[in-house]
Amino acid sequence: MIKLTTPLTDEKIKNLKAGDNVLLSGTIYTARDAAHERLVQLLDKGERLPIELKDQIIYYVGPSPAKPGKVIGSAGPTTSYRMDPYAPKLLDAGLKGMIGKGDRGDEVVEAIIKNKGLYFVAIGGVAALLSKSIKKAEVVAYEDLGSEAIRRLKVEDLPLIVAIDSKGNNLYESGRKMYLENRKAKA
Amino acid sequence: MRKKDCKEGVLLGNIIFPSILNMRKIDCNEITKAVKNACMEANYYIPEDVRLVLEKRYGEETWPMAENILERIKENIEIARKEKMPLCQDTGMVSVFVEIGQDVHIVNGNLEEAINEGVRQGYMEGYLRKSVVKDPLNRTNTNDNTPAVINYRIVPGDSFKMIIAPKGFGSENMSRLKMLRPADGVQGVKDFVIKAVEEAGANPCPPIVVGVGIGGTFDKVASLAKKALLRPLSERNEDEFYRRLEDELLQEINQLGIGPQGFGGKTTALAVNIETFPTHIAGLPVAVNINCHVARYKEVEL
Ligand code: SF4
Repeated sequence: MIKLTTPLTDEKIKNLKAGDNVLLSGTIYTARDAAHERLVQLLDKGERLPIELKDQIIYYVGPSPAKPGKVIGSAGPTTSYRMDPYAPKLLDAGLKGMIGKGDRGDEVVEAIIKNKGLYFVAIGGVAALLSKSIKKAEVVAYEDLGSEAIRRLKVEDLPLIVAIDSKGNNLYESGRKMYLENRKAKA
Repeated sequence: MRKKDCKEGVLLGNIIFPSILNMRKIDCNEITKAVKNACMEANYYIPEDVRLVLEKRYGEETWPMAENILERIKENIEIARKEKMPLCQDTGMVSVFVEIGQDVHIVNGNLEEAINEGVRQGYMEGYLRKSVVKDPLNRTNTNDNTPAVINYRIVPGDSFKMIIAPKGFGSENMSRLKMLRPADGVQGVKDFVIKAVEEAGANPCPPIVVGVGIGGTFDKVASLAKKALLRPLSERNEDEFYRRLEDELLQEINQLGIGPQGFGGKTTALAVNIETFPTHIAGLPVAVNINCHVARYKEVEL
């Protein structure tokens, strides 16, 4: 297990490889479809964003409501490909990486390589477990979007897998390939 | 007034009224309460049949990354159960399958409203995420997760059963339907199902459950595929031919190597359930409805 703390500088992530298991701590931001649309609209107009992107991580999540006394409800990843049209622009604007689930399009992989970024996966559907690593949550923008608002999260040891590293190695390709080769070798 | 009960109804004067006086009455408030509780329970507690299959597959998995992921899935089930919190943050859009005996009389309100009120209360009081928009293009959230998609089936007798199935859209979005040619036959159906699973890849959060509908019409086949997902994983198709087809498809899918979350492994699907219906001489409709490992449903009988 590799322990990492945000903000993620080039130095901290340069040795991470697709397939590495990581425990992430520090501050991260949440955003999904509607918030992405607004962020990119602001970028296109050259306006200031409500959050600082430099070396930051965006988690694609729309949590369930927090029960009284709790920080957050269940908070697992949503499918990332829906954010593919927006992700390259955010990476170009300084975003270091994203947390989601599912493979990314070529344009996102290219933007990751170009900006030395990365893409983490949190296991889809283990949202109760993932919420245990979230110690603080506050809405920082677009409150009107409800579960889709941008939240600042403080996380401790959030369990993640590096799916696409800064060189563009993709676990969605290599993981399955390695498994099949290994199976063939054993047969 | 002369009044006499007879087998067919109640004789008032010489007019026979339907036997509403003898009909079983079910109160809308009771229905609302049942739906509300089922929405919460379905989202907190994994059905036992799904848990058992996950447990078994975990024991059989040999690829380290896959084992690791299945272990987390099992831990998540425990945490959700203990803390009464949703297994997944996508607490879904709710499908309700109502099986209503023709001798049942719903009283004290409107059945459809009673069901939607149950969803509303369940999603509010259960701290479940509201994921439904009022209009598919002008996307404003309804803020209470209504309406549910309700299917009714009228059956003989006076029973009243509901299956409440919240389903996330990571998997729903990966579902497919095609009107095959009769000449495409069994192989055509198999190819279509495998292709749907292959294209879905990691998006529906594998390990998945695959619901397959074959036959009927364009609309019928989609609901067959959904119905297939509501059959407990411990039950196979009653027909020997389709039972074999289920087994073959499951084996072929698990040969693909997609694995949990798409990172390789033998556990791509937990089960393949097929439901069929007679169809037209010129057609062979087939539909694939994919469910994630958080395969939620709750059956209630009033
Ligand atoms: S596909 Fe299922 S497990 Fe995955 S995020 Fe959606 S509801 Fe959750």
